[in-house]
Amino acid sequence: MSTYPEVVGVSPIGWTEQVSRARLHVVTGKGGTGKTTVAAALALALATGGRRVLLVEVEGRQGIAQLFDTPPLPYEERRIASAPGGGEVRALHVDAEAALLEYFAMFYNLGIAGRTLRRMGAIEFATTLAPGLRDVLLTGKLKETVGRAEDKGRHTYDAVVLDAPPTGRIVKFLDVTKAMADLTKVGPIKGQSDGVVRLLHSQDTAVHLVTLLEEMPVRETIEAVAELSAADLRPGAVFVNRTRPSRLPARSVSPAAAGRVDGSRVRAGLAAAGLHLAAEDVAGLVDETVEHAIGVLAEQRAREQLAEVDLPALELPDTNHGIDTAALYELAEQLVDQGVR
Amino acid sequence: MTTTLDVDRLIDNPGMRVIVCCGSGGVGKTTTAAAIGLRAAERGRKTVVLTIDPARRLAQALGLRELSNTPREVEVEGFEPAGQLSAMMLDMRRTFDDMVLAHAGEKRAQEVLANPFYKTISTSFSGTQEYMAMEKLGQLAGEGTWDLIVVDTPPSRSALDFLDAPQRMSTALDGRIIRMLSAPARTGGWGLRKVVGAGVMMFAKVVSTIVGGQLLADASAFVQAFDSMFGGFKQRARKTYELLRSEGTSFVVVASPEPDALREASYFVERLATEQMPLAGLVINRTHPVLSGLSGSRASAAADKLDENGEAPLAAAVLRLHADRVAVRDRERRLLARFTKAHPSVKVVGVPAMPADVHDLDGLRTIGDRLTGS
Repeated sequence: MSTYPEVVGVSPIGWTEQVSRARLHVVTGKGGTGKTTVAAALALALATGGRRVLLVEVEGRQGIAQLFDTPPLPYEERRIASAPGGGEVRALHVDAEAALLEYFAMFYNLGIAGRTLRRMGAIEFATTLAPGLRDVLLTGKLKETVGRAEDKGRHTYDAVVLDAPPTGRIVKFLDVTKAMADLTKVGPIKGQSDGVVRLLHSQDTAVHLVTLLEEMPVRETIEAVAELSAADLRPGAVFVNRTRPSRLPARSVSPAAAGRVDGSRVRAGLAAAGLHLAAEDVAGLVDETVEHAIGVLAEQRAREQLAEVDLPALELPDTNHGIDTAALYELAEQLVDQGVR
Repeated sequence: MTTTLDVDRLIDNPGMRVIVCCGSGGVGKTTTAAAIGLRAAERGRKTVVLTIDPARRLAQALGLRELSNTPREVEVEGFEPAGQLSAMMLDMRRTFDDMVLAHAGEKRAQEVLANPFYKTISTSFSGTQEYMAMEKLGQLAGEGTWDLIVVDTPPSRSALDFLDAPQRMSTALDGRIIRMLSAPARTGGWGLRKVVGAGVMMFAKVVSTIVGGQLLADASAFVQAFDSMFGGFKQRARKTYELLRSEGTSFVVVASPEPDALREASYFVERLATEQMPLAGLVINRTHPVLSGLSGSRASAAADKLDENGEAPLAAAVLRLHADRVAVRDRERRLLARFTKAHPSVKVVGVPAMPADVHDLDGLRTIGDRLTGS
């Protein structure tokens, strides 16, 4: 199946050597672009062939559980899917409050006060007081999962995929250095966050951007790439989500978008296929064709703009039947076909 | 049986004073709010549209160039509505500043505005934007200048955030916790210790170690200065809440025909019912109705036949894109059916997708037409 005929601008060069070396894959994108779906498909693709991958969410949406049709995830790593070739995907829902309490419990004895504090809203308050604290805790947990090793020194996870906050907040979220400036320079959290900073700014981390071929998401993607680079974070690949095939012959697109569709030719062609439709049904087909062509042109413009960012690009086709677990496996397969490993 | 949401009836009702457009991020709330506002103005109402974070080109269509705190009349060549259309883009920081200035004495207000903790709260606290949107709505309603206020809600993750924001804000600014954290021994003393236990004391100590003494001191000073105004803030939030529950208000829930957006819409509909807030109905934005009666399977079969014979490539393409569109339409119908099954009494209207992005009044007018099926 050809998913990207007559691609203009971005050529889907797919997964590069450099991106494949990353162990932490951060997936961001404008709201509504499907970043949770892409993160899940990426986790499955990376697990293909016998690897173990952890899929993490940090925003309390339980989007992963919904996607895999499982009950809400606890703050605990759980197997949620197996990948072709013996691989496995586990999922973790990181809750900032739980992470904070876990953190304190490591160093101090809070007793049963944890629950009281939660009820009073004290933990939320503490993270409000220092907004960076929440992000430090979340990324801290992330770092722990990336670095964790088994007895024989092998990493527990071959890769960790994060369903991250949207593009508008991603740099603030990842740029822990800045958040730390608000906090004091002492205490156990300080030590950990130094390690987080090293990981997030290293070759081990790639920040992927999910976009649709629409004006606003593409603009946000371009802006996010610039912001990430300025903050010395590493943009990985662009995932162009929900692409639709252009059905029209290339030379017909522009005229059709301008409303010039040769109705008599369409009618003659329909007749050749044995279809004799009422005039209004033919007119409807012509109107649909014009709308389709306008959409194709807009997508072409979006692709040209995306080419500006000069990142490897992967494409995921629109699935008309919606996203269920089966569709996730299909998307993962498409990613593997485009070089994800 | 689901009935159709009649937006014209809504905006023509002189008793309708506030329309709140809500929904999850990326569904086209702002555009919908602007289209409703424009249509109301052209049907004779003196309307103001309160937008939160419009796309740049949409803002330009409304003549908005920057954040502001007062509505401006939309002046576009050839635009002469029977009523009037004004618009504004919420400036969250300035709305907060104004609120402080209005409620505190000059000296107090300056203290608050200069406090570093205030700067954090007024710009980066996650509920501030929602709270300020509600505050602004309360102000605009109080002025009595407009017949109809159309409100767009902040681009939050969840459609419910703005209903919860005032509560979150109240918790954050409530002096109780901060006093406990900043001076546990003095404020709570042994009494508090007895109630919440030594663990809380430990927590307070740890938090102050982590976030730093200065920050806590700032926060403490802020809360003290704020305390005197706090009653006023709470009261206003309550008043706005009552406004939202009144007869002159209607909520329009906006969703795209996607599972996530519809799930959020479901939560929102349920929440409005719990809060006894008036729901006008659901707008399904950017649908893809089929414009020809030909079935998808017949279209595909005919296209296959043409391709096999290598003839009529244009007609084959037209048939394929029609089959694609039928599949999209069927999927959207299935998703909507799931929603209406759960909420059979909610009125629904679909707005067919525009082939390209909207960035002028004509585009908004077309959306208004599609919204009302005219």
